[in-house]
Amino acid sequence: MNSVVDSFLRSFAHLNFDAGFMISIVIITSGVIIFTIMALNAMVAVYFERKVSAFMQDRLGPMEVGILGFKGGKRFWGGIGQTLADAIKLLVKEDILPNNADKFLMILAPFIIVTGALLTFIAVPFAESLVISDFNIGIFYIVAMSSVGVIGIILAGWSSNNKWSLYGAMRAAAQIISYEIPIGLSLLLVVLVVGSLHLGDIVQWQADHRWFIFHSPFSFIAFFIYYISTLAETNRVPFDIPEAESELVAGWMTEYSGFRWSIFFLSEYANMLIVSIVASIVFLGGWLSPLQMFNILPESWLFLDGPVLGFFWIMFKAILLIFVMMWFRWTFPRLRVDQLMYLCWKVFVPFALVNLFLVSLWELIL
Amino acid sequence: MAEVLIQKDKQLLDKSVLETGEMILNMGPQHPSTHGVLRLKIHTDGEVVSKIEPVLGYLHRCFEKHSENLPYEQIVPFTDRCDYLASMHMDHAFSMTVEKLLDLELPERVEYIRVLVSELQRIASHLLAVGTFGLDVGAITPFTWTLRDRERILDLFEQLCGARLLYNYIWPGGVSHDLPPNFIEHTIDFVDYFEPNIDELNDVLTTNKIFIERSADVGILPAEVGINFGVSGPSLRGSGVNWDLRKNEPYSVYEKFDFNVPLGKGEMGTAGDCWDRYYVRVQEMKESVKIIRQACEGLPDGDVHGSLPKKIRPEAGEVYGRYESARGDVGFYIISNGKNVPLRVKMRSPAFCNLSVLSEISEGWMISDVIAILGSLDIVLGEIDR
Repeated sequence: MNSVVDSFLRSFAHLNFDAGFMISIVIITSGVIIFTIMALNAMVAVYFERKVSAFMQDRLGPMEVGILGFKGGKRFWGGIGQTLADAIKLLVKEDILPNNADKFLMILAPFIIVTGALLTFIAVPFAESLVISDFNIGIFYIVAMSSVGVIGIILAGWSSNNKWSLYGAMRAAAQIISYEIPIGLSLLLVVLVVGSLHLGDIVQWQADHRWFIFHSPFSFIAFFIYYISTLAETNRVPFDIPEAESELVAGWMTEYSGFRWSIFFLSEYANMLIVSIVASIVFLGGWLSPLQMFNILPESWLFLDGPVLGFFWIMFKAILLIFVMMWFRWTFPRLRVDQLMYLCWKVFVPFALVNLFLVSLWELIL
Repeated sequence: MAEVLIQKDKQLLDKSVLETGEMILNMGPQHPSTHGVLRLKIHTDGEVVSKIEPVLGYLHRCFEKHSENLPYEQIVPFTDRCDYLASMHMDHAFSMTVEKLLDLELPERVEYIRVLVSELQRIASHLLAVGTFGLDVGAITPFTWTLRDRERILDLFEQLCGARLLYNYIWPGGVSHDLPPNFIEHTIDFVDYFEPNIDELNDVLTTNKIFIERSADVGILPAEVGINFGVSGPSLRGSGVNWDLRKNEPYSVYEKFDFNVPLGKGEMGTAGDCWDRYYVRVQEMKESVKIIRQACEGLPDGDVHGSLPKKIRPEAGEVYGRYESARGDVGFYIISNGKNVPLRVKMRSPAFCNLSVLSEISEGWMISDVIAILGSLDIVLGEIDR
């Protein structure tokens, strides 16, 4: 499989640049690309979330702010400039560091969180060849990198010198680390069947056989375990207890404001996108078209799986999953921290383990 | 440099930083879930709460002292500001007490109007209570739905007296205005629109599994403890105690109406848990709708200003009037020395008594549960601090 970095290097190979120069150019370009994706994603997702919540709550959401006088439509596209205005507001806001905070760690924390999200994006494919760098251990790398952020969260909570932040950080640490286990186990099930950690191989397997969610009853369960656990991993309702606004004010972000806070916001939405893309690649056929779900259509329909449409399908699936996350957020109350731990350790982990065992039997017998 | 650092480390160790103990968490007065300017000093062991000390008085406005210097009719706007979410109830309670002191008979139309607006107010207040309880356990959408319905009631009140929150509508001896034209039709429209919304609320919140997990079996208030602490209103009825002044000591014209008193039965857990207190409020809204329909049907004609006294100057004496407000048993104790200003006014605040039980029932629960318990008690700080 090609990747953005590979094709970049290949197309400039004949110019005989210095290797170090080429590598730094590649790193900077891919960094800029990823950051743009993150920022765009956050802006679109925030607008989407505001509109989704507004329609669920019988209101209209932002309607007044436009871009250069263009306010959008009457209902859904109204207030299209709102997130841009919000972003500008956050960037120019006064940056407050509390007097008794551990300033070095407090400044460091957003860097670590955003680094975790940025590094994860390197291995996330947006279509068949649209990936920054194509790892053969892609899925393992994504799982590993997405847990870097929790260090930043603990640092943010501890350095703020605020009891609410500390509570939020401790809750976040317990929650994110716990829920990584069911996530890992349900992804392991897929890896076990496919025999590869490479995301391209996983999609190829699904193209040859069928979508993973329909592979066996166990992979069907694994999808739901994965999806619900990622809600906890990304601190979404009903597992938003680390920030629980009615309990902990703003959890570990309480003392942050302005740009630093918006960085947290950015990585939160980036994580949402990452887990949704991973879910759609691993369980929902990635860049394969939904029409090909059971491979019953004739060969001539394969054009739907082309590279451009691949991007469309993967985003379609990811946005659908993100929409369901938002749907949850505006419908469900929040769990308590002990109920959250109960759900993880006494329900998901045993189920995922049994699942893994049963799917091995399934593979052995069938 | 290194020596200085070692010295610093030693100092830290000397201060026994590694000692474990309870942490005091200061919740409020600026906190999203304390329902006003309440401050709670929470002693915590990890997330588990061992003791709560409510700190009151941030909203103290000397209501009782002010009342000693004001003519009776001028006290009514102050009672409005006591329980600002159920102003009609406060006005009604105070006016009733003054009328008792004056020994005044009111035309039936006035009593019907009072019952009508009081029940509308009860729905408005319970809607906010139910919505914010949902907000406290993390459900945001039901809150906006309940506020949407409450808005309709506030619109009705705006038609009625021009004010949306602090009405100054019920006066000693009557009401400030007669019902505006079409008010009855608008009210019927509202209850027709509102009744299905209660079922919608039940679908999205009341029967939600996570909501039940969060509120059932949490913060159980045994009936006996509730009575001992003077808890009243929906919070007490949630524990299964059948105590509603509208039934037990009927005032105004409540004995003419047919309605039930919903009680907590422990359907989802133990009787007296947060879920029961919440659900009693939801059911009470249905009962209020029943009363409103009956009041709209049976509203007699007459002059609402006929019984307004020219001057309120009661005989020397004292009186205690009690009233079932949205939060419980409101009492006004008034001593008159024959002048047009009272000698002493004492208010029994139901939310104050309800809050006093908080520390008792939230020991051993977690911080999240304390928020839920506080929300289920439905306090209003304006009334607690007066």
